[in-house]
Amino acid sequence: MAKEMMKGNEAVAEAAIRAGVQAYFGYPITPQTELLEWMSRRMPEEGRAFVQAESELAAINMVYGAACTGRRVMSSSSSPGVSLMLEGISYMAGTEVPAVIVDVMRGGPGLGNIQPSQSDYNQIVHGGGHGDYHPIVLAPCSVQESIDLTVLAFDLAEKYRSIVIILSDGSIGQMMEPAELPPMMPLKTSFPEWAVDGAAGRERRFLSSIYMDAPAEEVANMRLLNRWAKIRENEIRYKEYYLDDAEYAIVGFGSAGRVALSAVRQAREMGIKVGLLRPISLNPFPVDAIEALGKRVKGILVVEMNTGQMLDDVLLATRGKVPVEFYGRTGGVIPFPDEVVSAVQRLAAGPIVTTGHPRDRWMKFMSFLN
Amino acid sequence: MPPKGRIEVNEDLCKGCELCVMNCPQEVIALNMERMTKRGYHPAELAKPGCTGCGICATMCPEAAITVYREVIQKPA
Amino acid sequence: MTVPELDSEQVAVYQRPDALSDTNTHYCPGCTHGVAHRLIAEVVDEMGLRERMIGVASVGCSVFAYNYFDFDFVQSPHGRAPAMATGIKRVLPDRIVLTYQGDGDLASIGMAEVVHAAARGENITCIFINNTNYGMTGGQMAPTTLPGQKTTSSPNGRDVEVNGYPIRTAELLSKLDGASYVVRRSLHDPKNIRLAKKAIRTAFEVQKRGLGFSMVELLSICPTNWGMTPRQAIQWLEEKMIPFYALGDYKVNPSVADIKI
Ligand SMILES: Cc1ncc(C[n+]2csc(CCOP(=O)(O)OP(=O)(O)O)c2C)c(N)n1
Ligand code: SF4
Ligand code: SF4
Ligand code: SF4
Repeated sequence: MAKEMMKGNEAVAEAAIRAGVQAYFGYPITPQTELLEWMSRRMPEEGRAFVQAESELAAINMVYGAACTGRRVMSSSSSPGVSLMLEGISYMAGTEVPAVIVDVMRGGPGLGNIQPSQSDYNQIVHGGGHGDYHPIVLAPCSVQESIDLTVLAFDLAEKYRSIVIILSDGSIGQMMEPAELPPMMPLKTSFPEWAVDGAAGRERRFLSSIYMDAPAEEVANMRLLNRWAKIRENEIRYKEYYLDDAEYAIVGFGSAGRVALSAVRQAREMGIKVGLLRPISLNPFPVDAIEALGKRVKGILVVEMNTGQMLDDVLLATRGKVPVEFYGRTGGVIPFPDEVVSAVQRLAAGPIVTTGHPRDRWMKFMSFLN
Repeated sequence: MPPKGRIEVNEDLCKGCELCVMNCPQEVIALNMERMTKRGYHPAELAKPGCTGCGICATMCPEAAITVYREVIQKPA
Repeated sequence: MTVPELDSEQVAVYQRPDALSDTNTHYCPGCTHGVAHRLIAEVVDEMGLRERMIGVASVGCSVFAYNYFDFDFVQSPHGRAPAMATGIKRVLPDRIVLTYQGDGDLASIGMAEVVHAAARGENITCIFINNTNYGMTGGQMAPTTLPGQKTTSSPNGRDVEVNGYPIRTAELLSKLDGASYVVRRSLHDPKNIRLAKKAIRTAFEVQKRGLGFSMVELLSICPTNWGMTPRQAIQWLEEKMIPFYALGDYKVNPSVADIKI
């Protein structure tokens, strides 16, 4: 299939349809709404279920219900809406039913604004919902990658009976880029042995997240954790750019990773040997790759569109073995490549600092905002 | 002659709530205060003759613990 | 036993319904949650729906309802059962989907979900247990608690000036165009229990024929949290609840009227 110009949100929607999503439930919120609107037109065309729910609370629980039948289902929202979904996401994790959720992040906290942001990183990657569970989190940086990760998300969700969250943002969701969609896949015709779809000719089944007996809940949580260990073994994804001879490295995901790549190219032209590691799976996080990177380079710059949320994970991965600095813009502000180049220059110019927290140094640098 | 009936109370299920007792039109059910079920309740039982097999006790029972039998009236030849 | 066995030929005229599993319930003695369960199971048996049923249990004393029925079940977050049911029904439209919810669940935290399911004409059935309090958490005030009624969180009686007024859910939902069948019944005596069963049967028929949303509100007792014996609780329901929550049919879509049971 040839490449065509597509908007990020719509590309995700169409990719999900081609991946065989059988039901979509959502609620309007900028900058995600095009996804819902696309689904409202295309799902009925395909004879599949679409409901504009009364809230994100309802939407996620419609997803939960449909997911219990073993069919492919999804929802999408943006930050405040995803906050509302977290109870349902936790229930689904506890019930071990697969589903795909898209979070097109915007500036926050609170109602914030509708500009692109990455400030849901902690909420999404480090749980968000209550209880011991780990969602798979995938972060695209382009329209094409949004498509590819959407298809992958459905496969991973089913393979691991897991929640998969596509962590996009307002920039990727709204941008138009040439991209190629996958061919239409046939709908599933066989369903897992746990699916609740009417006890025709079999024993009845039920699905719940309840384990009244604490030891039984512990067993269930360990089962989830063991599954998570497998996911960590097999599903780490990241991309490296210009790292072969790099003396410095940037770590950034999604839109920030995209800006960082432009910055890397500019800095290379200026003679600074810098590369980029762009985590694609934020959960599981490419800990080993970043630890190894830390041993190869003289310094790492973490670039994010928040106040340094993934930064903490990079610090954990590098274990203080390499100087780490941070550069971020927050509240819906997108950093320019120039700003990132300057941050790289400051890192390369030294002096190497190993005391204090990189976020504190960045705060000092950003004091012009006060 | 009213029809003759009989009930059986599943004592694994009965919780001695008396909803059957208070609704039996023939007033023939009572809790057996001398016995306790495994779960610690005094079970309901048919205490007197006169059950008609009307099924009202079973309609009331929250535990679906009651089976109701009624005699088959033989039609005259 | 003092009563002699019958010597003539006998038939069982009432047996525990097949659609109930062989499990002891955790309900308190006399709790009419059990009656509601039994009626649902009897209707499922009579209509031969066991293989098509999917139940959605809610959060409340009936949270373990999935253990008590011998058909497929899921368990929902507090108040969200109509949303889960919507998700199920939209992908499996030929299944009969049932939510089973208490009054805290349906009429407080989950009011939005049930109102919108009804407004959409979602082809599901909600069985709504109104026992005027939050049973599971120990008898706190619910949206259905009567004016003046004492609960553990309205210790001096519900003061409508402070706590507002109870919600008459059946009346409320009956105003929605998508609702096809909305009725209130009671579980306090044999006659009303029979009427309740008929209503559940009608609701399932409504769903089977694709006529849209149905809800059966069932006045129910909670002897434990009311601090009464089951006998007293039945009397309290009759004397206090029924005058406030009038029994009756609040919405019967004309196309439902010809369902004969
Ligand atoms: C989000 C959430 N909030 C609160 C609770 C605690 N909770 C459990 S059951 C319940 C009340 C249920 O009452 P009701 O729906 O009236 O059912 P009943 O127990 O009376 O049958 C509450 C508040 C919960 N489980 N989840
Ligand atoms: S109604 Fe049922 S549970 Fe209650 S006493 Fe009678 S048989 Fe036992
Ligand atoms: S069947 Fe009727 S008469 Fe017999 S015990 Fe039950 S209620 Fe009483
Ligand atoms: S607390 Fe009330 S509602 Fe809950 S099982 Fe006991 S009697 Fe029934």
